[in-house]
Amino acid sequence: MMPFPFSPHTRRAFLGKVTQGVGAVAFASLLGRTTARAASAASARGVVWPLPLPQKAKRVIWLTMAGGPSQFETFDPKPKLAAMHGEPMPESLTRGQQLAQLQGQKLVCHAPQFPFAKFGKNQTEISTLLPHLGGVIDDICLIRSMTTDAINHDPAHMFMNTGAQIAGRPSMGAWVNYGLGSESENLPGFVVMVTTGPGRSPQPIATRQWSSGFLPSRFQGVQLHSRGDAVHYLSNPGQTTRAQQGADVRAITELNREHDAWVHDPEIATRIAQYEMAFQMQASVPELMDLRGEDARTLALYGCTPGDGSFAANCLLARRLVERGVRFIQLYHRDWDHHSLLREELPLRCKETDQAAAALITDLKQRGMLDETLVVWTGEFGRTPMSQDNKGTAGRDHHNKSMSMWLAGGGVKGGIVHGATDELGYAAVEDVCTVHDLHATMLHQLGIRHDAFTVKFQGLDAKLTGVEGANVIEKILA
Amino acid sequence: MPRRVVIILSSVFPLAAVLAAGAPVPARIEFNRDVRPILSDNCFYCHGPDASHRKAKLRLDVREVALAKEAIVPGKPADSELVIRFHSNDPEEVMPPPDSNKKLTARDKAVLERWIAQGAGYQLHWAYEPPAKPAIPADANAIDSLVARRLAEVGLKSSPEADRRTLIRRVTSDLTGLLPTPEEVDAFEKDRAPDAYARVVDRLLASPHYGERMAIGWLDVVRFADTIGYHSDNPRNVWPYRDWVIRSFNENKRFDRFTLEQIAGDLLPDANRETRIGSAFNRLLLTTEEGGAQPKDYEARMLADRVRAIGAGWLGQTTGCAQCHDHKFDPFTTRDFYALGAFFADVKEPVIGRREEGMVIAPPEQEEKLAALDREVAAKRAAVAALTPEFDAAEAEWVSAATAQPPTGLPRAVAAALKKDPDTRTARDQQVLRNHFRTKVATIGREELAALTAAEQERKTFADSLPHCLVTEAAPKKRAVRILPRGNFLDDTGEVVTAALPGYLPRPDFGGREPNRLDLARWLVSRENPLTARVVANRLWQQFFGGGLSRVAGDFGAQGEPPRNGALLDWLAGEFMDRGWDVKHLVRTIVLSATYRQTSVATPEQLAADPENREFGRQGRHRVEAELVRDRALQVAGLLSPRVGGPSVKPYQPDRYWENLNFPPRDYEMDRGEAQYRRGLYVWWQRTFLHPAMLAFDAPSREECAAERSRANIPQQALVLLNDPSYVEAARVFAARIVHEGGATADAQLHWAGKQALQRTPSASETKTVSALLEEHRRIYRADPAAAKALLATGDAPLPAGLATDGLAELAAWTHVARVLFNLHEFVTRD
Repeated sequence: MMPFPFSPHTRRAFLGKVTQGVGAVAFASLLGRTTARAASAASARGVVWPLPLPQKAKRVIWLTMAGGPSQFETFDPKPKLAAMHGEPMPESLTRGQQLAQLQGQKLVCHAPQFPFAKFGKNQTEISTLLPHLGGVIDDICLIRSMTTDAINHDPAHMFMNTGAQIAGRPSMGAWVNYGLGSESENLPGFVVMVTTGPGRSPQPIATRQWSSGFLPSRFQGVQLHSRGDAVHYLSNPGQTTRAQQGADVRAITELNREHDAWVHDPEIATRIAQYEMAFQMQASVPELMDLRGEDARTLALYGCTPGDGSFAANCLLARRLVERGVRFIQLYHRDWDHHSLLREELPLRCKETDQAAAALITDLKQRGMLDETLVVWTGEFGRTPMSQDNKGTAGRDHHNKSMSMWLAGGGVKGGIVHGATDELGYAAVEDVCTVHDLHATMLHQLGIRHDAFTVKFQGLDAKLTGVEGANVIEKILA
Repeated sequence: MPRRVVIILSSVFPLAAVLAAGAPVPARIEFNRDVRPILSDNCFYCHGPDASHRKAKLRLDVREVALAKEAIVPGKPADSELVIRFHSNDPEEVMPPPDSNKKLTARDKAVLERWIAQGAGYQLHWAYEPPAKPAIPADANAIDSLVARRLAEVGLKSSPEADRRTLIRRVTSDLTGLLPTPEEVDAFEKDRAPDAYARVVDRLLASPHYGERMAIGWLDVVRFADTIGYHSDNPRNVWPYRDWVIRSFNENKRFDRFTLEQIAGDLLPDANRETRIGSAFNRLLLTTEEGGAQPKDYEARMLADRVRAIGAGWLGQTTGCAQCHDHKFDPFTTRDFYALGAFFADVKEPVIGRREEGMVIAPPEQEEKLAALDREVAAKRAAVAALTPEFDAAEAEWVSAATAQPPTGLPRAVAAALKKDPDTRTARDQQVLRNHFRTKVATIGREELAALTAAEQERKTFADSLPHCLVTEAAPKKRAVRILPRGNFLDDTGEVVTAALPGYLPRPDFGGREPNRLDLARWLVSRENPLTARVVANRLWQQFFGGGLSRVAGDFGAQGEPPRNGALLDWLAGEFMDRGWDVKHLVRTIVLSATYRQTSVATPEQLAADPENREFGRQGRHRVEAELVRDRALQVAGLLSPRVGGPSVKPYQPDRYWENLNFPPRDYEMDRGEAQYRRGLYVWWQRTFLHPAMLAFDAPSREECAAERSRANIPQQALVLLNDPSYVEAARVFAARIVHEGGATADAQLHWAGKQALQRTPSASETKTVSALLEEHRRIYRADPAAAKALLATGDAPLPAGLATDGLAELAAWTHVARVLFNLHEFVTRD
């Protein structure tokens, strides 16, 4: 490594600094009237300190199944729905409720398309399309009674990620890093990866989904790419060597130092630290992305080929990120939006994700990290028990009254099923959960009281968990 | 009894408690400055304007109610329930309640007690009072004397004037977004005439780049972007509006007219093409093309989006909360929200789906051609129409014959229509028959029809080749607007409302007539509206000092921040209106002030006493906006295109950055040639995937209105400046200029480069650092010509012709030096 003229206090550079704008105002107002010294100490560890609750989980891996997987073919068995296949959906359930692409269509019951089987010590029923997850079901807390507010993809993603359907709010990964700070000195605290590869026509995913919103932009998610530069502009131009890059950065730093001696601008020390961080990242990110050091057993466990950009490779990278202290990792796997071709396409998505998601749990557990890592698997909404037939072979429409999702690790009970839907799976009826509840529970496990974790924005004490109120889902906590 | 003890203690030792918590408690309490922020932040949530959430029927924002409920007993803090409650140790009694997560500091309590002791006087919220323009002595500069007055109050001093190089660098950047050329700096340094600076300012105000610079902030406020925002984030035609904004600033369109054209450019008595382009403002909101989107859902979103835009752009009010409930802190009700939204219920637009192409924007010379083609089409259409009686007779004959005995080989729809009993044919059937007859059967009028088709086609081809812009057109029938209970678009039980101005602000009487968008726009820029002039003046101040007089530029409500120098903000607002909303006048007034011309280098005393420069005893220092970072590098390289306006451009962008866009999937096709080197404000604004270099420097996605940008300092910025091909290319092109124009020796070249990039010559030790770096890279590239070639291959710009191996190595080595200059804190800083 190049010798560097950086002083030790410029470490933790990724924390960066904001001097103006909403971010600064938000930051200052959260800290109330504490002194500047306290503020800078707080920024090294996050603004919530000391933590008001015991910290059960230190990190989060959030597996986003974008498009909205059908619960009827994955986690919510409905024999009654099978029995009523082809019959009209009872109007008592559907009258006056929101519909997306089924607006103006006939509403007909559609049987679950694949058999379910019993797994684990509690004989939990899940789809036979998910045998690997079945194998780790005793580590999984399955929630069958999740609901959400939105039924179109874009607003539903925003709601799941930011707790609001209006753009401009921070994503949960930004909130968590803002609250807890980053433990990684040379990687961002919030990392996002999207599966690359062939697909039909998956739903778009906007950078807004990992935006820091009104929080300082150093908390925004940084997307790691499997092809090209893992981080934008990570590679040196042409054949510039690391030594040359180091020489340039060193010269920049020396000139910045000299300038600071004339103008006494505290922002310059921050700028110097950012250049060190950038230079470190140019080494640490390629090292992170390089899976060649993983042994064959691990690669086989996940079922991935290094560098293929698959969900499996991203799950393995998520474990490597967790090992390096990254606080919040969000993986996107797209193409779960089965308005049609449900029978044909959904099994493919299951196959792409089942083994790797299960491997992630197994691997974290083997390495003693599952206890401290909360793993979440969810779409942005569920799907209708009614069929959709206006786009080719049968599928299911978007649905917000019932959906299934699961959590593992991070102090959540394994092997349980929480909540239930009615016998046709139209609506969650038992232990109904909301997205705000899910966020509240996640924050709770991280040691943060969701209702006290606020930032002043547009005059309001803005919270990840919104203004309507939220409840920690106590029943699922170990 | 215990309550009493606490109160006595706190009134005996108030100062100790106070000093521990922060600024001293003023001897004379002022409601707006001292009390309202405390009550608003801690109490109004349950005891404020929102009736549905109000507890114990107590509101503390209205004095009569607070007194009637004995929460406040003027002169008697110890008897006031408010004071008793905040001192209580009983968790059931204490206010604010523990579960609110609100806590009054000792200082807050002391302020409230002293305020009640002094009689508990209320004031109208500062921003709802009409601006009171303070009187200024005839020979004094208003800004400077009001800043000085405030500095004296708080015991601070102003700073000396910045040196000339800094001053011209600052004002050139602030007014045009560009750097001054070395010649401009030299000329200004030598010009000792008393009006030298004023002449520089006037030159810059007359520059076509002034409008470009001013547009950046406004485009944030109105969330201007090239794409629709939701889901597929498809393109839409709005760039002519961006050029309209630039033109408006350059022509110094008065801000009141600027407002009218945007909100009601279609309704103005003198509406024309230009005012209609301005009315694109109403179309800048987010829209969706997502399948399965529900019209009612998006009707509600779009209404809310527009109300937030008026709140952010003109009123400085955070209206968004009132979509679901009365505002918690400001007197803005849910009814106000929907009534304001109802002004826009006449905007003709699809709620869901693709936007229309918009109005054709023909440059003047093309406009005549378009008009000629329109006349041509009309003439041909008239010729066809003249044949109508003949056609009708022949058609009737053919239909009746064909009904009796259908010819063979007819298209299916025609055959089906003929099969029906003539009396049961629908209008559609008749149309099918008519079309078939006229185009396939009729022998008369063939020529006329062909001529019409050709004329229409010619007109379309020509019109399609011209730019289009979404504009506002009023539909004859307005959409009905209902108050949505809790913002729920499925709930149809809410009352229908018509357009009305917010009830808590002074407003004209429309005498029973429903006001329209033009009325709204006129009211926004009327004398009786206390907000607009202040909001705009504050944003301008923010542009020229790095922070507003009220630091919360987007919220002039109770939860915002009363300006510390309210007199100055009022003077600026008053002057703005007195001078007929003359933007250039206000800008000129600000930048000519001594306050603006101060140095930005803080003394240690200033940093300690006023670290955030809230009192403006010096200038601000800040990293320039994302767009200007790009402009600076391209300008110094000599690559920057000076062209003003035009379609948005696509600079180099990482491969596959758009891979997660869909419906349809899109390839990013970067521009070639001159379009590659346009200013940052012309960069294609893809809301869901804003160019990563712009994003790194805090350019907002423009999904929501933004009155201010954050200024982060993050490692991605270093990666952009070091490795983004736009900056590497700029560095190598700059390097070529250094080598060719900089002089005979490396020292001379370096001095020349310093003048170009930093407008100053490097110091001896800087020269030493850079010379050593240059030497190191020279050594490497002389030994490795391939590496030099590889570096110099970045970007489309041609290399100087006829470079030998030595020349390549020299150019590559200087490219590193140029790159170092572009990466300096000083380079990206406006000081």
